[in-house]
Amino acid sequence: MANKPNEASKLSGILAAAKAENRAALIGYLPGGFPTVDGGIRAINALIEGGCDVVEVGLPHSDPVLDGAVIQTADDIALRGGVRIKDVLRTVQEVATAHPEAAVLVMTYWNPVDRYGTARFAADLAAAGGAGCILPDLPVEESEEWRKAADEHGLDTVFVVAPSSKDPRLAEVTAAGSGFVYAAAVMGVTGTRNQVGSLAEDLVARTRATTDLPVCVGLGVSTAEQAAEVAGFADGVIVGSAFVKRILEAGDDEAAALDAVRALAGDLAAGVRRR
Amino acid sequence: MSDKSAKDYLPGAQVPDARGYFGAYGGRFIPEALVAAVEQVAEEYEKAKADPAFTAELDALLKDYTGRPSPLTDVHRFSAEAGGARVLLKREDLNHTGSHKINNVLGQALLTRRMGKTRIIAETGAGQHGVATATACALFGFDCTIYMGEVDTQRQALNVARMRMLGAEVVSVKSGSRTLKDAINEAFRDWVANVDSTHYLFGTVAGPHPFPMMVRDFHRVIGVEARQQVLDRTGRLPDAVVACVGGGSNAMGIFHEFIPDAGVRLIGCEAAGEGADTPKHAATLTKGDPGVLHGSRTYVLQDEDGQTIESHSISAGLDYPGVGPEHAWLKDTGRAEYRPVTDDAAMQALRLLSRTEGIIPAIESAHALAGALELGRELGPEATILVSLSGRGDKDMHTAAEYFGLYDDPAGGSAHDAAHGGK
Ligand SMILES: Cc1ncc(COP(=O)(O)O)c(C=O)c1O
Repeated sequence: MANKPNEASKLSGILAAAKAENRAALIGYLPGGFPTVDGGIRAINALIEGGCDVVEVGLPHSDPVLDGAVIQTADDIALRGGVRIKDVLRTVQEVATAHPEAAVLVMTYWNPVDRYGTARFAADLAAAGGAGCILPDLPVEESEEWRKAADEHGLDTVFVVAPSSKDPRLAEVTAAGSGFVYAAAVMGVTGTRNQVGSLAEDLVARTRATTDLPVCVGLGVSTAEQAAEVAGFADGVIVGSAFVKRILEAGDDEAAALDAVRALAGDLAAGVRRR
Repeated sequence: MSDKSAKDYLPGAQVPDARGYFGAYGGRFIPEALVAAVEQVAEEYEKAKADPAFTAELDALLKDYTGRPSPLTDVHRFSAEAGGARVLLKREDLNHTGSHKINNVLGQALLTRRMGKTRIIAETGAGQHGVATATACALFGFDCTIYMGEVDTQRQALNVARMRMLGAEVVSVKSGSRTLKDAINEAFRDWVANVDSTHYLFGTVAGPHPFPMMVRDFHRVIGVEARQQVLDRTGRLPDAVVACVGGGSNAMGIFHEFIPDAGVRLIGCEAAGEGADTPKHAATLTKGDPGVLHGSRTYVLQDEDGQTIESHSISAGLDYPGVGPEHAWLKDTGRAEYRPVTDDAAMQALRLLSRTEGIIPAIESAHALAGALELGRELGPEATILVSLSGRGDKDMHTAAEYFGLYDDPAGGSAHDAAHGGK
């Protein structure tokens, strides 16, 4: 095993603490600027208040190739509302300030970072109190410049592995990453699914064989039952579309939206403790 | 006539490097879930192009099914409008299915069979790549799903019917700008979910490595044939080669064999829509900036946050805010030039070729014709200009009829006079 978990990072510390409690960590995702910049900040805070240990702030993109209909809709709303990269960075800052106990990551397609400037983005994300980045369309081969910048600013880089990743490839990917490894539960785009399926458990086992990093599972997890199931074999459970859906369903009623995502986070937090 | 076959021209190209870079452009910006599939395509393509059985089968298909070699046509009456320069058309419109797209499709269809996959998906803008793909799927017995932006299903309705007649499922994509960019997004989403059974038969020289290289190689036959045909016909190389550029596949196909011929200018015509200085255009190389779109680093129409800006063109096949990475490289090195051509210039050229030569071109190809008219007037009667006539215009008759008023008006009068006057 080539790598050691980055003991110093905030993200690693939070995941280690969950492990010490003999439970999986709960990681929640929402796009920044959705439904508005300030509304989004309140929603992400509600995720943490409900029980998320880590949050991923999505950077809405014009071409969300890896997202299903739910997150596409949210990205559209955010972009039509005029959300900018600086608003996403402000979201990170406000959430990190309000909740120093949580780790705040950014999840983004590569082109916005590339355009903003790799070094500048890493510097500004770190300055905002961000803990790291997930870059789902930046494979390891293209990531050297980013990882240098991230290391310089103490940011973790979380790489995604997929059921289609072969074992030698898993070793390459996990050796390059830090914080945790994001194991995609299914082959497909984001969205809620009825079943987690058998691919995830096998992928987690194969990934574990290559690294000491925690392995967290996402894509399709939406209920407390699924969270408990995944917590049985993974170090963390990642939930995104289910939160977005709650906010979409609440329409203009922000109080109802915040209650709904807080309640869902609470259910899921109970789930990850039920393993 | 060229005696070169696929076994000669497929391995003949030097770039890109092993990671798929043409200078600073190209690469592979894809999700981990697609890495294994894209590597499989790259490995299988390397094996195939060294396999005499593969190249022989491709040659036979190109000859007996597509009808290659495509002719080279002197267009004397059209040339008179191009400053008297001698204009020669490489007639990809005469290929089976009506455009250059079939060259790449047959190559990738053979590759799909070698990989043991049974389902093909593709994006399409003008519908020509979709029709060619649906055609190959009928021929080989593959399941076929084609993604097409809703705007394009309307303006290229004839091709939607053709694809369905051939047995393909056509999915109308309603996200984003509802054009080619969004059709590609949706095809990628399908591929991630179905990669075990499915090959994504990408239709232009963009996307992650090896697609820009492989699609170019399958289209190199255009330039390999045309270079020899021009030499045989005129006794010398042309002064310029002109092609329209959407993603850039017909242009790369006809340019590539001429790249070492330093005296031959390579000119790509991009869609300038209502004008490259208006917000409504698709002139990616003229107005875009380097970035990452659909799997490779290239020029992209984007805002300062890296969000893609929607493109506009009367031509569905050129209405795309990205471009193949090899074109980005050819632009930066200065080996090729790229010029914007407006909707109106293209439509006037479409009508001119129809009326002077009896050839109705696709609106995409008409952008190259408009470029040739402009260039001919610059170069004068001594010059020879080779133009890629990438497709035929049947699919565009509705757009053209509305543009020029060719339909009888419902009140009972005839639009005949308006057609002469034009717009
Ligand atoms: C006839 C024709 N020419 C050109 C194009 C543009 O594609 P490319 O730039 O890849 O040649 C299309 C695309 O649909 C087409 O149908």
